Amino acid sequence: MGIVTARRIVVGITLMFALAVCVRVESQGRDTFPGPAWGRSGDISVFHVQGNVDLLVGAGGNIVVQTGDEGVLVVDTGLAMYADKVLAAIRKLSDKPIRYVVNTHFHADHTGGNEVIGNAGSTTQGNPTPIVAHENVLTRMSAPAGERTLAPTAAWPTDSYVTPSKDFFFNNEPIMLFHDAAAHTDGDSIVLFRRSDVLVAGDLFVTTNYPVIDLANGGGVQGVINGLNRLLDLAVPQHEQEGGTYVVAGHGRVADEADVLEYRDMVTIIRDRVQDMIDRRLTVDQITAARPTLDYDLRYGSTTGPWTTAMFIEAVYKDLSTRGRRPSTR
Amino acid sequence: MRARQAATIAALCVVVLVSTVCSASAQISLVGEWTPRYHEDHPDRIPGPEPGDYTGLPLTAGARLAADTWNASRLTLPEHQCKVHISPYIYRGPNQLRIWEERDPFTKKLIAIKNYIDTYEQERTIWMDGRPHPPEWAPHTWMGFATGQWDGDILVVTTTHIKQEWVRRNGVPNSDASTMVEHFIRHGDTLTHVVQWIDPVVLTEPLVRSEDFVFNDRTRGDWLWPCEYVDEVADRPRDQVPHYLPGKSPFLGEYAYRHGIPVDAANGGAETMYPEYIDKLHTLPAPPKPTR
Repeated sequence: MGIVTARRIVVGITLMFALAVCVRVESQGRDTFPGPAWGRSGDISVFHVQGNVDLLVGAGGNIVVQTGDEGVLVVDTGLAMYADKVLAAIRKLSDKPIRYVVNTHFHADHTGGNEVIGNAGSTTQGNPTPIVAHENVLTRMSAPAGERTLAPTAAWPTDSYVTPSKDFFFNNEPIMLFHDAAAHTDGDSIVLFRRSDVLVAGDLFVTTNYPVIDLANGGGVQGVINGLNRLLDLAVPQHEQEGGTYVVAGHGRVADEADVLEYRDMVTIIRDRVQDMIDRRLTVDQITAARPTLDYDLRYGSTTGPWTTAMFIEAVYKDLSTRGRRPSTR
Repeated sequence: MRARQAATIAALCVVVLVSTVCSASAQISLVGEWTPRYHEDHPDRIPGPEPGDYTGLPLTAGARLAADTWNASRLTLPEHQCKVHISPYIYRGPNQLRIWEERDPFTKKLIAIKNYIDTYEQERTIWMDGRPHPPEWAPHTWMGFATGQWDGDILVVTTTHIKQEWVRRNGVPNSDASTMVEHFIRHGDTLTHVVQWIDPVVLTEPLVRSEDFVFNDRTRGDWLWPCEYVDEVADRPRDQVPHYLPGKSPFLGEYAYRHGIPVDAANGGAETMYPEYIDKLHTLPAPPKPTR
């Protein structure tokens, strides 16, 4: 697939999401966007996770805010249309300068507020707020000179990384980013607040639907499983497999290791079932008709909206058919 | 005349006030240590259910598939080893139950009724002060978030924010969309605990279960349940999760055949919970011998 074609798909998906939100606002709650209504209502709610970390819900993708004496760090910025509301919610948490924006991936429901929230802050030297993300986020959001870009220049990552991980120290705690290739997209980062003991998963892990595997932008089912296993490796439960490290999903509720575990098991089991059907030379239509996700459909499935169960099965099928089942990298 | 009306109203107020105070002060107490009795559903609770036994469960088709493809080896995965029985299930297992009250130190108003269940060291708080349940984006726990109120002498408890675990210990899951309504009913030294379990993912209608406890004058000593995972299977790839592919479990049909129960009945479903099903049961074919 050519770069231009891929970019058109990205623009199409973004427009679809934007249109879906507009339709939702106008139709007041029709189910046109993944996840529950409270996650995309535009009514921003704040929930203290633990330590220095708070969760903001209601702006599309979940937003995490770390506050302290040095300032404010924001992981993901929600949909552009809610950026002013998000900024107002951040200001209620802290009046300190916004020093960092981190993006878990490039989708517009997680980066739409980059420009507004980035412009509201600065570095200590007065330079623009650094937007930290994997290099592939920058690649997806930007474009060669003269070509249409997915997002305005001010929303692009300014501090990208290409290594498997990146870390820095802010507000008296280590901030660690881990990249898992070919997962939800090809530019996913997991963010660990090491002292607060909070993981931010981005859309690698959601509690609202099946994982969105964005094949057009480098995603893959094995990468999702690897990312979920990384979350399990990093999370440490406090007592009897509960609490301890909290995991903020890209959409949905706050979780811990036990919740990620069940989700990891589900994706792995569905991968195995689809792979078995591919090995038996079933077509994608036959596989979908066989309902390999039946036991999870009432919890995570959907027959309408931008990410249906059939689309999930097709994505797993295409990924496994074209790349084959790759060995775990972890 | 007006003075007489005023006096009547005042007298009524006093009666209402006194009856309210008497009612509150006469509230039955659940405080103490309680030991379970296992006569009810014993095979399910103590030895444990056999694979494929879904009798009496109003299962969805999806839940049945989950159970039919479940492999007990999944419990050897490190993160599965210290999981806890969730609140709708934990009272059925071997456990010692301690109940006490938390009261405001100054007003003595009841804030919460606490449960300690020694299995898995679970402390459960039933809030009695009228506080709301957390928002939907709050974490879920093994015990969930519980609020209670008295209905006469019956403590009625509503629990949300429950984690995923299971409805039956042979792979029948619950989901994290579970909610539970409980009734704690004391008859002298016997405590009956009734659970109404609602789970739109797994159950087509509420599942009702009950179990009894007896008051224990002599407390048992062991109240701890430390758990630390170990490596039970060496060199297992990180992305391998034990399960059976649909239709491939070696246990399919075994339970029905061993006990002579028609497959339709062994598979459960809401219909099988009711007495009327007995008539249908007599018309169903005998279970076939498993092919393996």
